Amino acid sequence: MKFGVVQFPGSNCDFDTFHVLRDVMKRPTVMLWHKDHDLQGVDCVVLPGGFSYGDYLRSGAIARFSPLMQEVKAFARRGGRLLGICNGFQILLELGLLPGAMLRNKNLKFLCQHVHIRVENARTDFTRAARKGQILRVPIAHFDGNYFAPPRVLRDLETNGQVVFRYCDADGNVTPEANVNGSLDSIAGIRNAAGNVLGLMPHPERASEALLGSEDGRTIFESLILSLEKRTPAGRPAAGKKARHDR
Amino acid sequence: MKVRVLVSFKDSVLDPQGQTVKNALHTMGYAAVTDVRQGKVFELELVGATRKQAEALVPEIARRVLANPIIEKFDWEILKGR
Repeated sequence: MKFGVVQFPGSNCDFDTFHVLRDVMKRPTVMLWHKDHDLQGVDCVVLPGGFSYGDYLRSGAIARFSPLMQEVKAFARRGGRLLGICNGFQILLELGLLPGAMLRNKNLKFLCQHVHIRVENARTDFTRAARKGQILRVPIAHFDGNYFAPPRVLRDLETNGQVVFRYCDADGNVTPEANVNGSLDSIAGIRNAAGNVLGLMPHPERASEALLGSEDGRTIFESLILSLEKRTPAGRPAAGKKARHDR
Repeated sequence: MKVRVLVSFKDSVLDPQGQTVKNALHTMGYAAVTDVRQGKVFELELVGATRKQAEALVPEIARRVLANPIIEKFDWEILKGR
């Protein structure tokens, strides 16, 4: 399987993500320039973190107009796996591929720190290598990560198992203190209803090597590889033939 | 024609920046200020648009680009021209 990492002017986690996918996960990976029209046959598109277009207007608001994003949108509509990390998540919200919007962090500070997130749904293409309730230690680095959605949308997200990650403390408790940016329902990551698009604020690519203090982020990339190579996690029975994207 | 578009958070959305400005004003003694909402101002120069066309065009631009309708509302006015 082949990964593609989209580069916008202002992306700054593009090479970290590329490095992890190619050198750590050992899968073919290409860079995709935002002005191109060709996805080069990739099986999974990753929108990396950074400050696309300098966060002008709103975070992620301008990147959605890039030529390549029209291809990415069509790719996602066809069921292609799409992962948005941090600014990539913000772009997915602005594109309308995921519901909701980001507000400035509740304390009005740029937050750059390690946090804990809890896997709320392990039956997704992005978390199947993890266990439900597993706690991942991964860094965040953002100003606008305060997730907001109207009550009806929040209800749908909960009902459909679309809340994939929540901020928690080291023991896995979801508390107001652990919800550092003020996100509604402590939401750190969500997927779309079809299950092929996921956005999260924390940076799994910065927590994929022991040298960097945590390897917890790898589970997301491992999950994607398992799903796309149609394999099952070690020690777990095959899921059988189920609905698309294994809801 | 010149138009001004004002984008601000919906009333149902918390505006932490506005709250911070309000607290600063209170610290300075402006007790009369009970609320502050912060927003963005855009001034657009339109070529060859009639008032009727602007009435269709500007709200469309505001909805599609300038504001995020999930969290923001907008208002607009004609500053100059017919």
